[in-house]
Amino acid sequence: MTATAEHPAGSAGASGGPARATRPIDDETARAIRGFEAYGDGDWDEITREAIGEERIVVNMGPQHPSTHGVLRLMLEIDGETVTEARAGIGYLHTGIEKNMEFRTWTQGPTFCTRMDYVAPFFQEVAFCLATERLLGITDDVPERASVIRVLMMELNRISSHLIAIGTGGNEMGATTVMTIAFTAREEILRLFEAVTGLRMNHAYIRPGGVAVDVPEGFTDQAREALKKVRGYLKDLGDLMLANPIFKSRLTDVGVLNLAGCMALGVTGPVLRSTGLPYDVRKSAPYCGYETYDFDVPVSKNADSYDRVVLRLEECYQSLGIAEQAMSRLDASEGEPVMVADKKIAWPAQLAIGSDGQGNSLEHIRKIMGTSMESLIHHFKLVTEGFPVPAGQAWQTVEHPRGELGVHAVSDGGTRPYRAHFRDPSFNNLQAVSVMCEGGQVADVVVAVASLDPVLGGVDR
Amino acid sequence: MSDENDQATQDDATPDKVTPDKTAQDKAALDKAAQGRAIQDKAAQGAGLPGSGAGGRPSDLERVGSHLEVVEVRHGMFGAHGSGDTSGYGGLVRPVALPGPSPRPYGSWFDRVVDVLTEVLRTGGVDPDAAIEKVVVDLHGADSAEAPQAELTLYVAREHVVPVCQALRDDQDLRFELSLGVSGVHYPHETGRELHAVYHLVSVTHGRRLRLEVTAPDEDPHIPSTTSVYPANDWHERETYDFFGIVFDDHPGLARIEMPDDWEGHPQRKDYPLGGIPVEYKGATIPPPDTRRVYS
Repeated sequence: MTATAEHPAGSAGASGGPARATRPIDDETARAIRGFEAYGDGDWDEITREAIGEERIVVNMGPQHPSTHGVLRLMLEIDGETVTEARAGIGYLHTGIEKNMEFRTWTQGPTFCTRMDYVAPFFQEVAFCLATERLLGITDDVPERASVIRVLMMELNRISSHLIAIGTGGNEMGATTVMTIAFTAREEILRLFEAVTGLRMNHAYIRPGGVAVDVPEGFTDQAREALKKVRGYLKDLGDLMLANPIFKSRLTDVGVLNLAGCMALGVTGPVLRSTGLPYDVRKSAPYCGYETYDFDVPVSKNADSYDRVVLRLEECYQSLGIAEQAMSRLDASEGEPVMVADKKIAWPAQLAIGSDGQGNSLEHIRKIMGTSMESLIHHFKLVTEGFPVPAGQAWQTVEHPRGELGVHAVSDGGTRPYRAHFRDPSFNNLQAVSVMCEGGQVADVVVAVASLDPVLGGVDR
Repeated sequence: MSDENDQATQDDATPDKVTPDKTAQDKAALDKAAQGRAIQDKAAQGAGLPGSGAGGRPSDLERVGSHLEVVEVRHGMFGAHGSGDTSGYGGLVRPVALPGPSPRPYGSWFDRVVDVLTEVLRTGGVDPDAAIEKVVVDLHGADSAEAPQAELTLYVAREHVVPVCQALRDDQDLRFELSLGVSGVHYPHETGRELHAVYHLVSVTHGRRLRLEVTAPDEDPHIPSTTSVYPANDWHERETYDFFGIVFDDHPGLARIEMPDDWEGHPQRKDYPLGGIPVEYKGATIPPPDTRRVYS
């Protein structure tokens, strides 16, 4: 589809012969094979003739291939450099997170689901907590400040996730500088996560009813400084990539999937928006108060890999805008609660930094241990037993960097989820690999898969 | 969690014995439940009466006038069975009940969608009463169905799921053109309806979300595949087959997707153990998660 001259994988054409990995057996080769015949009956000769004469070659790309974003296995049937059939094989990272969640309390749930799509952990946490809050019937009781913190964390996470998508996508095409800039920028955001949650990933910070702990003092100033740098890095990335002729010729018209294809295959996120449909859950079914933020949903028309990179960059700028608004709201709501007032649900923790890292503050422990036996019992029961969630089911979706993330939470009235199912966007979007790659070149498979940006932790769960 | 006792009591509490005219009784039960776990009352009520789940939502249920559907009855607490229960909760009887059908009007756009769907199905030669088993509105604590957290669930008879999906996708007043996939739930005590497949549909055109729920018995775990209408459900149905053993008939390639091809059993079913080993620390052992005490 694209010119092969620019990239190393297409260099077969440089040797002068046709650009294909296999070619039909010619008579001369056939005679040479006959010369190696060990037995006179000719059976082996026929087998080799059939095997070599057949051009159908199936190549397993992955599950340990560096350009498949983890343990994705692509089964490619190739004819020369052309992919005639492509199938994705998954399941190599299946860890039974959904099953495990059925054996822990609702509050312990985020600790598990944050590990699904580890590049965008906050989205699973928020989606699961919103679903839990629906079941509890406390959607409207979640404090404003908690929602603002959730929005801020999600938008920062969206930027860091898109940076991974762009950076690793560039790296896979041999543009290492794209990767180093993107990872440097992501590092700034991970430091912010570390300041708030204590961890760079697997945060378990969003809890049913609010968030685990308020942001530390002076956080918004720190974040503004960091985001200034991130904005600079984003500009560098744009300058480096968007007008680069090699980059453009590698990505333009590669991995095309039109609107009808996206709808049929349930593909959402930047891939859907690159077809021109401005479908974004933040706008169509707002949660966490997204309807009160001012932002645009960028779309483009060409539905190819290049447009998706442009969209991801543009979404990063939109997220920076939302983060700005969220931070000014945080400044205005200093000291307000970040957890629901209902003490039957609110996790009784007041975290603080101690000499041995973050944990329950000494003052809080002194209060519950020293002043009230009932408070101690309550604390103990809530932590060990959890809170009962009314029987029923809820479906909550959020706009994940890769598309629409859905949580189907079912409760039987107990203190643990009866079932927690995650509709991960990467899982669904990988179905489009066949459509996007067949008929293209092997080298374009890498580009097409990178434009889908699958994270296998989320795919396999 | 499950023993013969549970199964025996379950037989007395099948959903069809719970009739809507027991609403007054429901409310009384719910009010009590709202004040905490009224152990004595629950025990006196016996398993046959529709009680509420712990910490029930009386306000919701009153508003939609819904009755509850008992899917399981549990005895005791802390998962203790067979041996002497020293907890004092041994006599506790707690029915597990999910929200049952909601009466009209459902509120918001829900009525319109159900009406249009009924009409389209009738035009297409499908008996809507047979196809749509019940309609459930989950308000999730909201005052009315207009609230963003209110959800509409249509329970569809499995033989009619494909025409229902077709109607939902193609009619201009419905236009649920995007399917977000299928998830399964296993209710081992809901005799004859053990396996549920739940479909999540989105109408981008009208900005609506809808849930379809289809059930199949354990003995005959077959549901027609919806991939002819929603190709996106391909992998989701494979996943549901892999985890629950629901066979989606006429699926283009119903193979396992997450588990290895030669795996035995379907891991997300409730009768499939979580597994795990006891963890030892300084002489004491912590049991694996699925053998720890349960509070539900």
